[in-house]
Amino acid sequence: MSAVEERFGPYGGRYVPETLIAALDELAAAWAEAREDPEFRERLATLHRDFIGRPTPLYLAERLSEKTGRTVYLKREDLAHTGAHKINNAVGQVLLAQRMGKPRVIAETGAGQHGVATATACALFGLECVVYMGSEDIRRQRPNVERMGLLGAEVVPVDAGARTLKEAVSAAIRDWVANVETTHYVIGSAVGPAPFPALVRDLQRVIGEEAREQALAAEGSLPSRVIACVGGGSNSIGIFTPFVDDAGVELIGVEAAGEGLDTDRHGASLGKGSTGVLHGSLSSVIADEEGQILEAHSISAGLDYPGVGPEHAFLRDSGRASYFAVTDAQALSAFSELSRLEGIIPALESSHAIAWLLENGGGAGYDVLCLSGRGDKDLAEVIERGAGGGAGG
Amino acid sequence: MPYMMAGYPDWESSSAVAEAYAESADLVELGVPFSDPLADGPTIHAAATAALAVGATLETALEICEEIGERVPVVFMVYANMVLAHGGADVFARRALAAGAAGAIVPDLPLEEAEGVRTAFDDAGLALVPLVAPTTPAERRARICAAARGFVYVVSTVGTTGERDELPAELAGLISATKEDAEVPVAVGFGIGTPGQAAEVGRVADGVIVGSRLVRAAGEAGSADAAAEAVGSFLRETRVALGS
Repeated sequence: MSAVEERFGPYGGRYVPETLIAALDELAAAWAEAREDPEFRERLATLHRDFIGRPTPLYLAERLSEKTGRTVYLKREDLAHTGAHKINNAVGQVLLAQRMGKPRVIAETGAGQHGVATATACALFGLECVVYMGSEDIRRQRPNVERMGLLGAEVVPVDAGARTLKEAVSAAIRDWVANVETTHYVIGSAVGPAPFPALVRDLQRVIGEEAREQALAAEGSLPSRVIACVGGGSNSIGIFTPFVDDAGVELIGVEAAGEGLDTDRHGASLGKGSTGVLHGSLSSVIADEEGQILEAHSISAGLDYPGVGPEHAFLRDSGRASYFAVTDAQALSAFSELSRLEGIIPALESSHAIAWLLENGGGAGYDVLCLSGRGDKDLAEVIERGAGGGAGG
Repeated sequence: MPYMMAGYPDWESSSAVAEAYAESADLVELGVPFSDPLADGPTIHAAATAALAVGATLETALEICEEIGERVPVVFMVYANMVLAHGGADVFARRALAAGAAGAIVPDLPLEEAEGVRTAFDDAGLALVPLVAPTTPAERRARICAAARGFVYVVSTVGTTGERDELPAELAGLISATKEDAEVPVAVGFGIGTPGQAAEVGRVADGVIVGSRLVRAAGEAGSADAAAEAVGSFLRETRVALGS
């Protein structure tokens, strides 16, 4: 049984109150055991197939390929149950919580996809579920709030700070500090104190394992580029991981440039951040010289976060992965473009990856792009911005 | 051992509170406002946010420390990111020491992450005060106490900072066990908000820390003088209750 990694180069660690350390030790031990337990793996594999609908297709996007001048496959996480990759992590962690005998589950959510996924998994296993969500995110992701309610979860609005994902994570951690003995915290991305970044990566790497096999079957060779959006970085670390040892495959992460990297309204923790501690791990964070964490900005609630998973900071420093950023406007335009080209409405998060691809077409080889979620949740936000197409659009 | 948030509710009031503490406290725990204070409950979190909004910085805390540091020992309560920013733990330690501080509590820097910071603090002569929680296993508690400088901070309850109606029944046992492990004094904080609770804890512990209750008093006072009067009278009552 191998221990769960705590550090990725200098990044990671457990910068949390002492009260949580015993629970993190317990979680790391439980995961080290569960991930090698054939019975647990079999149960998870069955849930992947019959509940989530895995494997998700690797779809040859012909009209997008024509437009970009190179062959592009979309890894269709938008077709997973509940409409995004978040369900892979939520089902795995709630199964683990049940195995650990924790009757209560908490989660944070930004776009609402992770909250819906966790509420779904808790309904499936009959566990109590409380989801923390910034009140600004509640406003812009109303349908997902309704969904969580239907699934039996309690949604707790968080009014601190900018009332978005960062504060929701903080509120969830505070709840966990107070209720750690009965509660498991299903963190939604590959962030937080160890063992969460490794645990979430382990549960999301199914995206990359399937994609690699499907790509080899379709093309007979590995892709030249694997592209994914990066907020906290769970869909990207999930699709990158099985390709990390394939030296010829470029790994490309796309962050939110918000209103522009030269403004202070962006979410590019890797591109514009500095080394620091946020939510329990040392990584690349958007902070001022004093060490105060700054508010991020992105049109996409899922990328509106001033930190990023520590393994991404390590992949950036080592040069194994490259990170770029695209603006709100570029993402909105890609949102419409993919809808019309392929009949697929992408999540605003995934639209960032599409936007980068649209600007970086041509050349040899082919691409696999992680379409991490579907865009139904974003319609109100997009229409409000007048970018949804429609009459005269 | 009262706590205060530097710069809350404004510079004048927090300066007046510090003066009141210098008169009657055995040690002052001086909070440095941080954007994401994970160990703090609603009262101190809101105070940090308000202090940052009126422009408080680490510099504010250093200035308050300079004002009172010669009269009463000052220990900063400061989050890890603020120790690691500003050029790292060495620079933080030198600045804190120059301002007259005796030590620092870093509530999100558990034993495994603390070594580098403790070495830097040791070199500068600043005490890194560690925390022990009710969830800390006995073997780990002993290792934390062995690495303690200044005193050991026992977290009374499973949770964040904030006033509570009752303290857990197991607290006395936790304090006694920690005193056996530690060669330095043992102080208790989190959840202590009345002179009666302070007296209850003070019967067993070497020190009692009152935080949110006093932050709330300073915030509700309405003026610098009223804030100093409110915290001063609470401290006097607590002293009577403690019989010290």
